[in-house]
Amino acid sequence: MTEEIIIAGFGGQGVLSMGKILAYAGMMQNKEVSWMPSYGPEMRGGTANVTVILSDERISSPILNKFDTAIILNQQSLDKFESSVKKGGILIYDPSGITTHPTRTDINIYTVEAADEAAKQNFKKGFNMYILGAFLKLKPVIEPEFMRKGLEKSLPSRHHHLIPENEKAIERGKEILKAKYIIPTPLN
Amino acid sequence: MEDIKLMKGNEAIAEGVIRAGCDGYFGYPITPQSEVLEYLMMARTEERTGMVVLQAESEIASIHMVYGGAACGKRVMTSSSSPGISLMQEGISFMAGTELPCLLLNVVRGGPGLGTIQPSQSDYFQAVKGGGHGDYKLIVLAPASVQEMYDFAKLGFDLAFKYRIQVMVLSDGAIGQMMEKVVLDEQIPRQTNEEIIKNYPWVTSGKTPDRERNIITSLDLDPVKQEKINIHLQEKFKKITENEVRFETLMCDDAEYLFVAYGSSARVCQKAIQLGRDKGLKVGLLRPITLFPFPYDEVARLAKQVKGILCVEMSAGQMIEDVRLGVNGVVKVGHFGRLGGIIPAPDEVLNVMEEIFIRENNYGRRTN
Repeated sequence: MTEEIIIAGFGGQGVLSMGKILAYAGMMQNKEVSWMPSYGPEMRGGTANVTVILSDERISSPILNKFDTAIILNQQSLDKFESSVKKGGILIYDPSGITTHPTRTDINIYTVEAADEAAKQNFKKGFNMYILGAFLKLKPVIEPEFMRKGLEKSLPSRHHHLIPENEKAIERGKEILKAKYIIPTPLN
Repeated sequence: MEDIKLMKGNEAIAEGVIRAGCDGYFGYPITPQSEVLEYLMMARTEERTGMVVLQAESEIASIHMVYGGAACGKRVMTSSSSPGISLMQEGISFMAGTELPCLLLNVVRGGPGLGTIQPSQSDYFQAVKGGGHGDYKLIVLAPASVQEMYDFAKLGFDLAFKYRIQVMVLSDGAIGQMMEKVVLDEQIPRQTNEEIIKNYPWVTSGKTPDRERNIITSLDLDPVKQEKINIHLQEKFKKITENEVRFETLMCDDAEYLFVAYGSSARVCQKAIQLGRDKGLKVGLLRPITLFPFPYDEVARLAKQVKGILCVEMSAGQMIEDVRLGVNGVVKVGHFGRLGGIIPAPDEVLNVMEEIFIRENNYGRRTN
């Protein structure tokens, strides 16, 4: 199993930390992991993205231009990375603020209204956890007990009391995932 | 239980030097390696091992603090990124002249000048061919993973003291900034002053009545004496060349086409090999781990086996000169590099290999 993921959005949306939680959880589950961020001026208020690879084998390149799954949180990132999803791969995005929606017909496209849900639940900081939940619904690469361990490892201990709330958001994310476009199964 | 952590490359080497019993770090912040200094500051090294961590007023000050620490036989280091390493060259040359051991880390960014903060490999010449003046070499280690960033801390210090030489870890922004799993070792205690005096009789530890004064200087105005010093240095570099070559080969047994790449470019090539093998192309990778001493013999051996060699580096072509020396005209050598902080993509790299060597009618294009 190798899962190659790009997570992209604005700086401050929790893009890098979502990737970090995934990487930590993967490591706790004894997988090989890599977490390669974009770094530099764009992190200070512009777009941010991170490539996360989870694998049962030694990871070759931490730097990729084709992904199994793209998790997209703003319009710029959608424009940039829609074409980078492997054929038959998955694109997950939050439609709030998106004006030009994805159009590819050779990938599976899902939406998760995480920003709305986070506002509704009054848990805006948990925005990225709803997204993470939606991803895990589609790709259950991490088992829940290791997800918790990943949260414990990546959050500073002063925030550990928030872990149950984060786990709830992950579960809620699984529920609010919607299929937008699914590649039709060919008729035999 | 095994101590495993998820760390950035920069953090891993910082933890590595603490655990390798480093006595002192002197540095000045610069992207993309500031995490080294940050991590060491946060790690409360003075409480853990007594290691000194100091932010100097400049890179020039840092390297001369390293000079001073090394003259006392201490395990000392500095780190910087390309423009900062350029500033340090005078001090590095002086340390070469005085044979003072130290660990240097260059987390390379694009140049020349201030360039960019994104990853690059354009400092190969500076690191391998002598960045400062005079006939000298550094041992240059090129990590390709976060684990190697960690491992090369101890290896670097060990080699530095074994040969009384300066060891440079030549990393880049990608390896420095990415996180991977790291297996950590037990803490090695720092050497006591008594151990240092016993192990390194050359240190300036204060003259005792039973021995001559130790003088550390790179100045000798008598050309006959200076030549002797130079010959001694060259003998040392020769010994290192004979004993310390390190490299890794991947899928080379049946390879018909060979990538030669180091650091993050080697990781990209690993993926390119997978993509190539999926297509039925017999591609392999030679990854030099020591850039000095360079694995010329292994290049020569593989050159006789393969039909083409592609050197992949994030520069306009620097390591390719050493690859060509090893190949010695036996087989065609091509080059592919992205510049200015851009990392090549795996399919891009494979495509160039195919374009130059494999697809019909294009044979020999882009080679030189």
